[in-house]
Amino acid sequence: MRSKITKIAATLLLLQLAGCANLGVQPWERDLLAKDEMALDSEGNDLGLDDHIYFSKEGTSGGRAFAGGGCGCN
Amino acid sequence: MAVGRLQVAVVDAIKADQVRSKHMKKTTNIGAALATATCALLHPYASANDILEDWQVDTSLMYYGETDRVKAVEAVVAGKKDFGDEHIFSGKLVIDTLTGASATGAAAQATAQTVSRPSGKGSYTVTPGATPLDDTFKDTRVQVDGQWTQPWSDVSRITTGLHFSTEHDYFSVGFNGSYAHDFYNKNTTVAAGLAYSYDVIKPEGGLPVPFAIKTAATGSSENYDDDDGYDDDDDDGNFSSDERLGDSDNKSTVDVLFGLTQIINRRMLMQFNLGVSQISGYSTDPYKVLSIVNDQGLTQNLVYEKRPDSRTKTFAFWQTKYAMNFGAADFSYRFAADDWKVDSHTFDTRLRINLTDKTYLQPHFRYYSQSAAEFFQPFLIDGQALPEFATADYRLGEMTAYTLGLKYGMELDNGDELSFRVEYYQQSPKNAGFSEPGSLQDVDLYPSVKAVIAQVNYRF
Repeated sequence: MRSKITKIAATLLLLQLAGCANLGVQPWERDLLAKDEMALDSEGNDLGLDDHIYFSKEGTSGGRAFAGGGCGCN
Repeated sequence: MAVGRLQVAVVDAIKADQVRSKHMKKTTNIGAALATATCALLHPYASANDILEDWQVDTSLMYYGETDRVKAVEAVVAGKKDFGDEHIFSGKLVIDTLTGASATGAAAQATAQTVSRPSGKGSYTVTPGATPLDDTFKDTRVQVDGQWTQPWSDVSRITTGLHFSTEHDYFSVGFNGSYAHDFYNKNTTVAAGLAYSYDVIKPEGGLPVPFAIKTAATGSSENYDDDDGYDDDDDDGNFSSDERLGDSDNKSTVDVLFGLTQIINRRMLMQFNLGVSQISGYSTDPYKVLSIVNDQGLTQNLVYEKRPDSRTKTFAFWQTKYAMNFGAADFSYRFAADDWKVDSHTFDTRLRINLTDKTYLQPHFRYYSQSAAEFFQPFLIDGQALPEFATADYRLGEMTAYTLGLKYGMELDNGDELSFRVEYYQQSPKNAGFSEPGSLQDVDLYPSVKAVIAQVNYRF
């Protein structure tokens, strides 16, 4: 039963990846994506400080990176 | 305090490609590079400027201030250097200081109440209707992160990192590793990461005994003890408020993260992350208490809280960025759930509007909502059986929150970047269905928390 689920999951994952093959751009079409502001972590310090605030003030964390521990955060 | 936010190993790995292209841009000026090299040869004692030349350094100074509560100042210096061939080091130093007061978990009362401070540093009086705050809240924290990324093959990278954070009552050390693999002409990147963190908690005054009485509230009677599990009058020595379980305890956290980044078209890219986090060990907040109230709603005693010593958290995160002719849009949604039954939804959106070639304005909006932990209760009722776990920490209660912000950035003539950010953050805790006896109906047990964030960034 478990191996069947694994197979189905693997097939679904491969299908997803195959779907990705139809997306995307050629290397010479990356002009806009290569801009600083299009980087997923373009505002690293802002995101880090936000994560710290919300980790300290809210009950859940994580998302962009590891949910992690690492502070008392009272 | 602070998010041992093991800085984004996976994202870093995924973005290494763009860093490389940036690096190539930087070194295309061969003449300048040769001149620098020559200077370095002529002057073996290179100046700090020369050493920093190949680094991209981001510095930030942030102020966070809540009305009548916590104030924090946090300074960040983050540096990144490409040693060539996509061998990238990044490091970060964070220092923050906290002052002000934070909610203890004790319920507000219609009349004045007297509450003792942690470790018996005297007591203070809480005005009628006000939420009891611990005004001894003061700490300085230092955090250091380091990370190394390098190619594993033509289409893959590995990243390893270390993390330290220390404050007077808390210490954390951690490491992380991740692997990222590109597919389809680098249009698809799949990544997997693992992080481990070991934290030591050494609370001021030692580890309190869960549900031990912190202090007898005004009006509690001597020799009053029913059979509900509390030692109401604190007379048998088992639950003495001075008793401690030791000086320190620890917890360990294992994080597993899977990420998929996909370029959709020339203007759009998406990221999808799935994460699981397993925490084992001391997860109680040693400074938080609960009020025991009678059927009139009057506080009889304050007792220390108790949380389970394990927690399994999961999250799914989706982010998309879209390049427009006048700027860029960033939207993300996160769903998080855990076995404490805290579920949350977070929407975060930023819209960058380029005003000129060198300046931009960026509005920011974030919305957050969470359900209460299953053992959250705003107070305990006197005479009722002792629960296995309980907290009145509003951060584990039901709430919604929103953030509104605006950022202004400019590129200076020398290529450095300066930006300013101002944000307003408001939390609105909610009653998750608890009925309030007697006089508790006359006070606000779920007050809003309002904060202002101001920040300056300088990149060189």
